[in-house]
Amino acid sequence: MKKTIILLSLALVSWGAFAQHDHSKMGHSTEGHSNMDSKMENKTMVQSSVNVERSKSATAIIDNYLALKDALVADNSTKAASSGEKLFDAFEKFDISAQAKSQQKELAEIIEVASEHAEHISENSGSIDHQREHFEMLSKDIRDLTLITGSDRTLYQAFCPMYNNKEGGVWLSASSEIKNPFYGNKMLKCGSVQQEITVK
Amino acid sequence: MKLLKIIGLVLLVVLVGLQFFPARSNQNTIVPSTDFVKTYKVPEQVAQMLYTSCYNCHSNNTDYPWYSRVQPVGWFLENHISKGKEELNFSEFGSYSGRRQQSKLTSMISQVEDDKMPLASYTFIHSDARLSAVNKKNLVDYLKTLKN
Repeated sequence: MKKTIILLSLALVSWGAFAQHDHSKMGHSTEGHSNMDSKMENKTMVQSSVNVERSKSATAIIDNYLALKDALVADNSTKAASSGEKLFDAFEKFDISAQAKSQQKELAEIIEVASEHAEHISENSGSIDHQREHFEMLSKDIRDLTLITGSDRTLYQAFCPMYNNKEGGVWLSASSEIKNPFYGNKMLKCGSVQQEITVK
Repeated sequence: MKLLKIIGLVLLVVLVGLQFFPARSNQNTIVPSTDFVKTYKVPEQVAQMLYTSCYNCHSNNTDYPWYSRVQPVGWFLENHISKGKEELNFSEFGSYSGRRQQSKLTSMISQVEDDKMPLASYTFIHSDARLSAVNKKNLVDYLKTLKN
């Protein structure tokens, strides 16, 4: 009898250990992104401008990306997670086949990677630093995406030189006013507009 | 007491029964050309660190511990490995798009730097998988050379 109980409790303990093992987030953090680009852009710091097609094809993606950005500006991890989920859905619904043939492969790659970031952000409510790491990488993908798909509004690419141990981080905003999503309230005004993405 | 005995016996029978459903095994003898170590011609020292600390859950070849043969432990391991591979599979790294490779490299660097990987629950059991401060630095420094 005793032996049975000991055996059983051993089994339960090992079960527990692995359940825990399993729970541990396999999340990925993301630091040190956009090295060459951002380092170079950081040095020059000249505000440039790029012109893209006027198009509504990426509207849902841009809307939800900006909502995510606002949630991070407001230090709201829960909201960031729910925006991340909606952004993930927007990627799923995006119709690659409606885009130019020559760009479809590139777009599929961007969306594959960006969806992973959106998914991580949606799954990491409560750990805002981790969400921000993915947001930084995501921002670069969204920029590359809009350069191909076009945009329905002017976007501003801003740069915070302090983020990620001074490697810097970029984000997009619909306004030229700086509201830093990497630090939120801690350093709301840190950063500057690097590039304006205007619509034809 | 009698009830306890019955419950104990039932559980024992269930546990024995579980052993007839072994977990799927994640093992391959051939290292594909898409393997991370082959793709980047990773130096031996770094490759050893990756094999010991990462490949068991992040590749198509797991060096299983004996207790993986015991169910339900084996199932949990299997589930864990399949999630790990979904996030990052070193065996298939070379088939990722350039963008995805770069994204994964960034994540690897930050996970290792922040001590989030290898998982504490993993190194608790596999103490050889723990990265010393020196090894950690060597690994991160190497990964950074692969970023563009």
